[in-house]
Amino acid sequence: MIARRTALLAAGASLLIAPRALAQAAAPSGPFTLPPLPYAASANEAAIDAQTMEIHHGRHHAAYVANLNAAVAPHSQVAAMPLEQILARLAEMPEGVRTAIRNNGGGHANHAMFWSIMGGRGGEPSGELATAIARDFGSVATFREQFERASTTVFGSGWAFVTVTRDGTLAIAQKPNQDTPLMEGGRVLLGNDVWEHAYYLRYQNRRADYVRNWWTVLDWEKIGARYASAKAGTLTI
Amino acid sequence: MAFTLPSLPYAHGALAESGMCQETLELHHGKHHQAYVTALNGFVEKDANLQGKSLEEIVKMSYGKPDMAGVFNNAGQHWNHNLFWPCMKPNGGGALPGKLEAKITSDFGSLDKFKDAFKQAGATQFGSGWAWLVVGKDGKLATAKTPNGSNPLAEGTGTAILGVDVWEHSYYLDFRNRRPDYLTNFLEKLVNWEYVDSLLAKA
Ligand SMILES: [Fe+2]
Ligand SMILES: [Fe+2]
Repeated sequence: MIARRTALLAAGASLLIAPRALAQAAAPSGPFTLPPLPYAASANEAAIDAQTMEIHHGRHHAAYVANLNAAVAPHSQVAAMPLEQILARLAEMPEGVRTAIRNNGGGHANHAMFWSIMGGRGGEPSGELATAIARDFGSVATFREQFERASTTVFGSGWAFVTVTRDGTLAIAQKPNQDTPLMEGGRVLLGNDVWEHAYYLRYQNRRADYVRNWWTVLDWEKIGARYASAKAGTLTI
Repeated sequence: MAFTLPSLPYAHGALAESGMCQETLELHHGKHHQAYVTALNGFVEKDANLQGKSLEEIVKMSYGKPDMAGVFNNAGQHWNHNLFWPCMKPNGGGALPGKLEAKITSDFGSLDKFKDAFKQAGATQFGSGWAWLVVGKDGKLATAKTPNGSNPLAEGTGTAILGVDVWEHSYYLDFRNRRPDYLTNFLEKLVNWEYVDSLLAKA
């Protein structure tokens, strides 16, 4: 009720300042929102400097969210769908906004996942996930080696991912730009952003150094929880 | 003969006053461009079909071939950066040579319309890539954008007479996420219009 009254008040106020209301209409504030970083910008300092975190989250990710909202605004049915469904059904999206949804919806999902798996202190995966890595890659060392190779060999902007199926099988994937395995109906266990904006201020052209350091800020407990969700069928983005 | 990194036609610090700092140019030319040249030479060494071919020939023969993606990426980027460096100069931008301005005005309607179209091409190239001014097959000027290492030579869209790199490594130290500001600065303070005019004359 209070929320509704606030909305009515806001609508009334906007009548008095029509130009601003128009500007707001061009950049709607929903349905998608930028999730706050789940830790301080300096929390990943061992691999990623605070300034990079701030620009990456507050500028790059924020722009994907704003552009996604603008793209879905005229399409109420799309705007009401969960992001993972939108991405899995890209081909059905209105043609005029399909590319915008692909780029910005992908960007939103990828970055939301990215923030959620960091903030830790690295170390080793444990439990069921450790067993799955040993089963699907031979060893943690081989897994890391293959993932690092996938990360360093994306030409231009893109991502390296570990995908997870409903039965818990893991695999490594590369995607250009903001594409994601979600676009094939898949699920992402973890992924690393290898756009230059992810590492340029600290590592410049040395992507391999960034990729190697990145392991030290992963939160394997959170990644383990994603693995359990994937097997339970509740993992979304 | 192996491909080589061309030296810059100005000092690495020469564009700092115009919005491209010395560190950007040292990294971009000395590390990024050099890495493309080194990788390309590695491919040529291992593949007799590439030996003795010109850079242009390699770009064209590797375009669109999935099994030659590595060759294309690095050959394309060598070609792209070769064009890019002389397209800039210290205290660039400013007035255009008469013939070039007349051609732009005639084909785009006005210089401002060209600038808007060129900046739009660069700003909307999602992810890494390039924006171009090309002389099309019909003889008319047009703007274009290409992803990653691709270019108008490979795609057969015309003769490039101006190119701007919109990979983030081109502007991240100077402009961070603000690619549109980098593009405006490029047109107003960095472009070597005399060089663009000379390419137009040859096109
Ligand atoms: Fe990113
Ligand atoms: Fe470059």
